[in-house]
Amino acid sequence: MDQTTPTQIEHAHMLFPEGMQLECGFRLAPVRVAYRTYGTLSAARDNAIVVCHALTGDQYLAETHPLTGKPGWWSRMVGPGLPIDTDRFFVICMNVLGGCMGSTGPRDPRPDVAGEPWGTDFPPITIRDMVRAQKLVVDALGIARLFAVVGGSMGGMQVLEWAATFPDMVFAAMPIATSPFHSAQNIAFNEVSRQAIFADPDWHGGRYWEQGAVPARGLAVARMMAHITYLSEEALTRKFGRRVRRDPYDKAGSLSLFGEIFEVESYLRHQGSSFVRRFDANSYLTITRAMDYFDLGAEHDGDPSRPFHGTRTRFCIVSFTSDWLFPTSQARLLARALNRAAANVSFVEIDSDKGHDAFLLDEPDFDRTVRGFLSGAAEHARIGMTHAP
Amino acid sequence: MRLDQRLIADMIRPGTRVLDIGSGDGTLLDYLFRTRGCDARGIEIDMREVTRSVAHGLPVMHGDADHDLAHYPDEAFDYVVLQRTLQAVERPREVLRQMLRIGRHAIVSFPNFGHWQLRLKLLTSGRMPMTAVWHTPWYQTPNIHPCTILDFLMLCREEGYVVEQWMAVDEDGERAPWRRSIRLANLFGEQALFLLRRRGH
Repeated sequence: MDQTTPTQIEHAHMLFPEGMQLECGFRLAPVRVAYRTYGTLSAARDNAIVVCHALTGDQYLAETHPLTGKPGWWSRMVGPGLPIDTDRFFVICMNVLGGCMGSTGPRDPRPDVAGEPWGTDFPPITIRDMVRAQKLVVDALGIARLFAVVGGSMGGMQVLEWAATFPDMVFAAMPIATSPFHSAQNIAFNEVSRQAIFADPDWHGGRYWEQGAVPARGLAVARMMAHITYLSEEALTRKFGRRVRRDPYDKAGSLSLFGEIFEVESYLRHQGSSFVRRFDANSYLTITRAMDYFDLGAEHDGDPSRPFHGTRTRFCIVSFTSDWLFPTSQARLLARALNRAAANVSFVEIDSDKGHDAFLLDEPDFDRTVRGFLSGAAEHARIGMTHAP
Repeated sequence: MRLDQRLIADMIRPGTRVLDIGSGDGTLLDYLFRTRGCDARGIEIDMREVTRSVAHGLPVMHGDADHDLAHYPDEAFDYVVLQRTLQAVERPREVLRQMLRIGRHAIVSFPNFGHWQLRLKLLTSGRMPMTAVWHTPWYQTPNIHPCTILDFLMLCREEGYVVEQWMAVDEDGERAPWRRSIRLANLFGEQALFLLRRRGH
């Protein structure tokens, strides 16, 4: 497996020397937030959409990724004439706090010990911390109110936290394939991922940089396991079935136990090995932990509706029929919580066999939903009316 | 828009909060927003209709009258509308209670089982009547709780609801509404439309 440390690239960012107070009580300073924007901010500064990325996503939303050379993770959704139309909206996407694509995270040098990165000593962060870091950028851009915040999976958690923490700043919110709290099953999956990283001999108690190593094996296994949860049985069957191929590195051929490999195995190995080239193990631990802590009702006796009482934000919740990681039942809990707060809620379940990843893939009904919800909300917000014929 | 939907819209004051249960393709929601400036939202059981409505920018959520009203706070709406659906819900009395808990007013329309054609068919053939309005056989019909206009009035009395307006309309909603004698309406009205509120409100 490729053991090279991810290449260091300069990502466009803003630096906040005064930093920010984290929920854990620690004051993190400085704070750097890497971000990309698409489209043009209107003179009234009223057409901004923040798109929040998921666990292993980043700010390269709708352009070629500088590290992988692949298209942006939502380039089929965001662009001129696309459902999130950059001819009309100004789209901001930021690498989350704790990430490894230019925002402050465990790989950055710690201010108190010269020449040493944070590593596992990076303070625990929450989804709300991520959102507060994003707000620093939004404020710096001079945007008083976001037209919309959109995101799937962990991005959806950020959407909810935006609407709960800064209700007057969010006109429309689109939490996709997400939940009002991280479920026990999902915490369990995250724990298996983390244990895979801890079990790698190259982990070195989290101080792998001292040995010039990365726990590539563990991180790859973590990614392989997690990747299964992003798909569905139908999707795996459709893509791979039981098809087998010869392992080109195996001289003994079919005489050995693993001389032939199933295509699904080969696919997962590829997913695992390409992931370690772009992701840091300590970031993975920090971010998965932030997801585990996420619970909208935690400060409200378990009632996720309370943060939304009196909200004027227009919500559109989207779930997918075959998503078993963030199933529709959890989206419905969210919808009902918002109903209890008398919020303006749309709730759509899209028929798809593609599992949790459906929000990243070609689903025409989903595209129509995103486009329609944003257009409807724009009409209510009275933005872009100057362009109307 | 169908005439009965227009009659419903006429009962709704501009600028109010409206919940349309069974919003279908969203025609009434769209009309209330555009012409009345209402904050109009929908609940719809058919997912294709939900997707289509949201894709048109209308705030609609997937759900149904029996299971989703309990989650709204008291008086979250000025009007809660239930079109042609009361006879098909699991617990009509509970649905009405919820409507008048979460809304200051309820607007309810339902097909009248007291219509003379139904009475005559049952009397002459001795079998469950089938008409243009009641066109599905008994073993297939979603209409599990049919009632007459008089039945509905009795329920309103028992539950303490004030009938602010009522009218009988024909099924296609084409002919002008009719609002004279209740007894005659119960005999000749294909569809009934009620505007209710709780006593003391």
